[in-house]
Amino acid sequence: MRLVRYTLARIVFYVTASLFASFFTLPLLWLAFAPFNEKAALSVTVPDSPSLANFGQVFKNTFAVRALFQNSAIQALGAMLIVTLFATLAAYALSRANIRGKDLISYGLVLFSSVVTGTAAMVPIFLLIFRLGLINTHLGVILVFSGGLLPAAIFIMRDFVDSIPRSYEESALVAGASPWRIFMDIAVPIVRPGMMVVAVWAFVNVWGGFLIPFILLRSPEKMPAAVAIYSFYTEAGTPIITLTAAYSLLYTIPVLILYLFVNWRYGFRFFGGIKS
Amino acid sequence: MASVTFEGVSKHFGSVKAVHDVSFSISDGEFVCLLGPSGCGKTTTLRLIAGLEQATSGRIDIGDREVTYLNPKDRDIGMVFQDYALYPHMTIADNITYPLKVRGLGAAARRKRAEEVATSLQIANLLDRRPGQISGGQQQRTSVARAVVHKPQVFLFDEPLSNLDAKLRLEARSFLKHLQQELGVTAIYVTHDQAEAMALADRIAVMEGGRVVQMGPPLEVYRQPATTFVANFLGSPPMNLLRVRLELTKQQAMLVGETFRLQLPQISERLKGVVSEGEALIAGLRPEHLHMANDSDSWSIAGEVYAIEPLGPEALVTLKVGDSLVTARIFGDEPPKANVGEKAYLLFEPERLHLFKASGERIP
Ligand SMILES: Nc1ncnc2c1ncn2[C@@H]1O[C@H](COP(=O)(O)OP(=O)(O)OP(=O)(O)O)[C@@H](O)[C@H]1O
Ligand SMILES: [Mg+2]
Repeated sequence: MRLVRYTLARIVFYVTASLFASFFTLPLLWLAFAPFNEKAALSVTVPDSPSLANFGQVFKNTFAVRALFQNSAIQALGAMLIVTLFATLAAYALSRANIRGKDLISYGLVLFSSVVTGTAAMVPIFLLIFRLGLINTHLGVILVFSGGLLPAAIFIMRDFVDSIPRSYEESALVAGASPWRIFMDIAVPIVRPGMMVVAVWAFVNVWGGFLIPFILLRSPEKMPAAVAIYSFYTEAGTPIITLTAAYSLLYTIPVLILYLFVNWRYGFRFFGGIKS
Repeated sequence: MASVTFEGVSKHFGSVKAVHDVSFSISDGEFVCLLGPSGCGKTTTLRLIAGLEQATSGRIDIGDREVTYLNPKDRDIGMVFQDYALYPHMTIADNITYPLKVRGLGAAARRKRAEEVATSLQIANLLDRRPGQISGGQQQRTSVARAVVHKPQVFLFDEPLSNLDAKLRLEARSFLKHLQQELGVTAIYVTHDQAEAMALADRIAVMEGGRVVQMGPPLEVYRQPATTFVANFLGSPPMNLLRVRLELTKQQAMLVGETFRLQLPQISERLKGVVSEGEALIAGLRPEHLHMANDSDSWSIAGEVYAIEPLGPEALVTLKVGDSLVTARIFGDEPPKANVGEKAYLLFEPERLHLFKASGERIP
């Protein structure tokens, strides 16, 4: 009797899980097939005669190509570098320095991060960037993204830095190393997996960000891919499905490669700890 | 090589007096153990020497230089940490030669020195591995190698053996003693294991509550503990301490315990002016100075057998004397034959008796 009930429970579990899984896999399948289908529609169909014609069309759209391979790249890489570098330095300081209430600062930062780049803050952010004369510049976009991502990045990095035993730094101190040297020789190599996670995470966030560049940029030459994808819409505002699909696939690839690289090289984890 | 001198050094963390008014002087080439229970300030003392903590007051000298306010890197010391603090991302060779790298030595010269040091510490075959790939004992040697690689003036050890298993610990202990004598470098070694301190040290500094309560050669500290705390801390099992009352008359002095009366003959000289009639004292007897007997004697204490623990070359015999337990180490091939609850006597020679004031201070 118990066996029957157990089996039934398992079956129900797997069926439900499969339903959920297919719900999320369908779009992915669509993304895998539609770009190669000249007659793609919104349903998932395996193309009869797969072709690269859609991609040919996409590459004719210089605006969209530049958006993807130049503008998105500049903005995402720029913010990635700034966020990773500053988050690491700040986390190190917050972890090691004797600052009263530093834990409060850390937790406060995380709360703030959701506010800073939230939609509600768009007006003040626009005004700020406008006054700084950074409207319609890559730098403006990079700075606003960095500001929004840094708090959470610092929080993630702090966990990694906290996991380095103090004695590592103390033994380096006794060995005669300067603080900067200790940071570079001891701390950075140990928290590198964390830096990679933060880097990928920052990259993905900027790569997919629509609102900030849409508001802060004016000229089409500077728009990133997330905005440029709308150039594959008809005048009437409906997407040309074949081209959007092809462009979306191109849009995903850099992120996938970055993730796979980091995962292979460092392992993807969101917490610190020494793996020796 | 250099001496190390403390002059009235204190280190307070807020209201915690981790080290309080400590003065001592360690001479060149000496091996000194800081011994004491957990929290007595040993590590803090060591870190003060290393420069990892800054003294609240007082003065520290290494050699003929005052170092009280110098940074660790300017003190020329080598330190072995309790957790070894080997860098997980560097090879053993890189770990060992990190102090040389910081000093700007080239890669080839570093490799050569790594091989030299590693060979003398018998870890030469591990140079290209990482700390996670070697055993605890090997990690300990690597850590020692890193501390000696730049030929420092002073070695500091913070419980370097506490992470090793019992057998390896004995091996590593002999090895450390040998190494220190070979190099002749001043060494300061923190431990809470009295046997380790006895075995290694030229002098032991016993610490209690942030102060050094006694400092001297191991046997002196063992034979003439300055306080009941020291008496109790050294020796395994520790010294038996019994409450007694002094009965002083013109001619004689008598120690009265719960189950015994001891007449102090010539010793009464040493009590004159120090103690008074009726005063409560503490009598101390080392377990190895007690012998078992079936009859009483003028120098014996009576009790009931509480437990007999044969250990091989010796046996621990514990008697219940009044409310307290007294342990004796009885040497011999056969453990003594006695049943629990039987009456027995422990004899000793009068000069083996230690006397302390109720406050714990030794009566000379
Ligand atoms: N950074 C610190 N802040 C506050 N109190 C401290 C600090 N370091 C040590 N203490 C306190 O100072 C006292 C002495 O500490 P210390 O580490 O020197 O003891 P120890 O003798 O090495 O003990 P153990 O055998 O447990 O290592 C302890 O009460 C400890 O709690
Ligand atoms: Mg300690």
